[in-house]
Amino acid sequence: MIPAILRRVLTMAVTLLVISALVFFVIKLPPGDYLTNRIMELRATGDAGSIAKAELLIRQYGIDRPVWQQYLMWVGLMPGPGGFSGLLQGDWGWSFEYDKPVADVVGDALWLTLLVNLTAVIFVHLVAIPAAIYSATHRHTAGDAVVTLLGYVGLAVPGFLLALILLFYANRWFGLSIGGLYESSLTNRPWDGEKIRSLLAHLVVPTLVIGLGGTAAMIRRMRANLLDELAKPYTVTARAKGLPPTRALLKYPFRMSLNPFVADIGNLLPHLVSGSVLVSLVLSLPTVGPLLLEALRNQDQFMAGFILMFVASLTVVGMLISDLTLVWLDPRIRMGLR
Amino acid sequence: MSALLSIRDLAVAFRTEAGRFEALHGLSLDIPRGRTLALVGESGSGKSVTAQAILRILPRSAEITRGQMLFGADGETVDLARLPEEGPAIQAIRGRKIAMIFQEPMTCLSPLHTVGDQIGEALRIHTGADRRESDARTEEALARVGFPDPKRALKTYPFELSGGLRQRAMIAMALILKPALLVADEPTTALDVTTQAQILALLNRLQDETGMAILLITHDLGVVANIAHEVAVLYRGRLVEAGPKDVVMRHPGHPYLKALIEAVPRFDMAPGERLTPIRPAKAEIPPQREAPRLAGPILAVEGVSKTFTLRAGRLFAKPRTVRAVADVSLRLEGGRTLGLVGESGSGKTTVSKMVMRALAPDAGRILFDGGAGPQDVHAFSGEALFAYRRTVQFVFQDPYASLDPRMTVRQILSEPMEIHGVAHEERRRRCRELMAMVGLEAGALSRYPHAFSGGQRQRIGIARALALEPRLLVLDEPVSALDVSVQAQILNLLKDLQTALGLSYLIVSHNLAVIDYMADTISVMCRGRIVEEAPRAALFRHPVHPYTRALLAAVPDPSLDHPLDMAAVTGEASDPSRWEAPFRLAPDETGAMVEIEGGHWVRHTAADARRAA
Repeated sequence: MIPAILRRVLTMAVTLLVISALVFFVIKLPPGDYLTNRIMELRATGDAGSIAKAELLIRQYGIDRPVWQQYLMWVGLMPGPGGFSGLLQGDWGWSFEYDKPVADVVGDALWLTLLVNLTAVIFVHLVAIPAAIYSATHRHTAGDAVVTLLGYVGLAVPGFLLALILLFYANRWFGLSIGGLYESSLTNRPWDGEKIRSLLAHLVVPTLVIGLGGTAAMIRRMRANLLDELAKPYTVTARAKGLPPTRALLKYPFRMSLNPFVADIGNLLPHLVSGSVLVSLVLSLPTVGPLLLEALRNQDQFMAGFILMFVASLTVVGMLISDLTLVWLDPRIRMGLR
Repeated sequence: MSALLSIRDLAVAFRTEAGRFEALHGLSLDIPRGRTLALVGESGSGKSVTAQAILRILPRSAEITRGQMLFGADGETVDLARLPEEGPAIQAIRGRKIAMIFQEPMTCLSPLHTVGDQIGEALRIHTGADRRESDARTEEALARVGFPDPKRALKTYPFELSGGLRQRAMIAMALILKPALLVADEPTTALDVTTQAQILALLNRLQDETGMAILLITHDLGVVANIAHEVAVLYRGRLVEAGPKDVVMRHPGHPYLKALIEAVPRFDMAPGERLTPIRPAKAEIPPQREAPRLAGPILAVEGVSKTFTLRAGRLFAKPRTVRAVADVSLRLEGGRTLGLVGESGSGKTTVSKMVMRALAPDAGRILFDGGAGPQDVHAFSGEALFAYRRTVQFVFQDPYASLDPRMTVRQILSEPMEIHGVAHEERRRRCRELMAMVGLEAGALSRYPHAFSGGQRQRIGIARALALEPRLLVLDEPVSALDVSVQAQILNLLKDLQTALGLSYLIVSHNLAVIDYMADTISVMCRGRIVEEAPRAALFRHPVHPYTRALLAAVPDPSLDHPLDMAAVTGEASDPSRWEAPFRLAPDETGAMVEIEGGHWVRHTAADARRAA
């Protein structure tokens, strides 16, 4: 068991390294970079001080070096010229766009992203699982039809549109300020009770909007899985033993139908981050989605690279979590590891 | 004393897309206390529906439309047909007073829960026993059904057990509360003959111990002859015959039962005697080109071995290996049939896959003679391999899984011809010809497999195998998935095709009666080795090897004059170290084949073989 986990962690590290190389070279693929473009602009205006500063940054972060050296410096496998130590040492680099360290720009956005998306994931499961169970056990009834219809509506309505509608009514009925994750007047306050209350109130709309599509999809898939499992002989065996229907359902077919979803945790997290960019823009949420979009457009390489690596790590860690959960849930996989 | 369960005028109807369909039309039946009633019939006759109706676990689309099921146990009588389907009253009866075991012991147990948990569950829900008490009782139950190490078995998962042990676990689960009635739906159909005999013996013993009644649902008259007291025959949802076993089996009155008895292969058939199928297939086989005359055998397997490597669990652990086939040699003469018999796991399917070139042997050669002298099958490449694929074809066991449900019969039959470049017009002509050869209407070519019954599907599978005019057919359990009533039809069809087309068959089966009916020579495999081989008549008249004898002794014979020796069936027949001398083999010992009469070879210990030579 433990060697198997160690082996997994080892492959995770290798995977992340490969991803980092891909991320870096893809970012570097378009000609030019933020600083050289900026210097050309500055030359046109003739601001000597700014030019000197940009050239200093180029030297400090080794952007005049060959790409492979730049990569090694960024990852932190090679010491940078100006004290830049790289990702492995916890130095995430400089955002040229914001003229601040990446860590300062990203700051709160990282954990707010995690918060918003984890809330959405929990919402998806809390709503989808009971709805799917109801739908599967009451197949071809009016209730099933209603759940199915709502599911299709959820799939079909674009998130950003729903976001706009909800924002409008949230403001009209509950007096919530438009957009953001807390009242804009609280931006520079430390995290005290009032700010947290404001955060919770503002979480409702993004959770609904981001979670809705996933909920609809999950209801459909879970219902199909459950219907398959309900027809299996061991479900009949459980009934023939005299188990009451609900207990029989939860103990046997429901547990079997969970496997594909547990296996999906790894995909869920990054998908929610990248999938919610549009919604984040519309709702002006301070999450990493919009930051990533902007960084990619401006070739702000350390910023883009860091956010992409953050999403990749979420994926890889999510995969590990789903693998370990599967091992715990399913003895067939557990025995396979021995 | 009144019957334990009196079924009166029971009717069950299904709602289907085509409208209402009545599966049982007013069935009346008595299940006596402490006795075994066998309910016999082919698929679709309503026997499983009867079982499900008794426990009220019918599929959602089915309902009981009229009738009574009076169940009288512990001094009170309830009408099971009147109870609400998901109410506490029926739940209290399920598993406690009436229990059920099913055909597929693998899929009937949840793979995610331990055997102990699933067996003890009935005890916990009906008596409110706690975990410790239920574990103790489960251990007892497992010991009673013959688990070698009941304490350890509590913590094992179903997929760690063999098919026989899984069915024992199912029986332990059903019997833990000592129900008055056990409903057994084809309990041994999915098992090997030797395991089947053990399970039948176990059911017999448990009935003596607990005095329960058994409703045994089966299509196997051999099983009926051996453990039933009473027999009831269902045909298309109606009871056509019922009575004590001796009367019904010896003097069958209804034509359907008479036909069923005629349709089953038996060991005492005269040479050349044909089975009489209930619904014969009318095959029209056109004259074919002459098969090439061969100097030697069409197929010769020479000393073939195959070892499988299991994935190593630990990082640097040595991978485990399983020897599936060890030094197997076979000879198949052109136009004849070679039967390969053995229990599951004996390596017979691996051999057939190596003949098909789906697996490569680790050692040894497989020689095929297509008319140009024997050639090594595993040395073929390119054109020669393509041509070999055409001359050797495969017929699968499961006619439901082996036909693509999204292809019409015409597409199914044409596909091999398309691959091998047969012209379009010729393909259309050949499709019609193939359908006639297997006794199906050419009009059915545009239909999809779901429109056909199991036997018809298997005929389509055979037609597909014949599309490219092969010389050799590999038949892997060709009738195991079919009803007894259509087995005869398929076997006769295969025999007729062989005579007309000069085909050679390699038939792999665990059903000795089928092998006996089909094969000219028979090889018996055990644990990857051939232990005995002989011409058909010699092997069944004079079996020598203890494994062969055990296999033969375990086959339930439908005639009442050859009952199974229940005391003699043990699970030790496949263990080479328990065979009597001179057959006993130590764990790594190979032994050697000794010829005891013309063409009859038996594996002895090597020392003994030298003495004989």
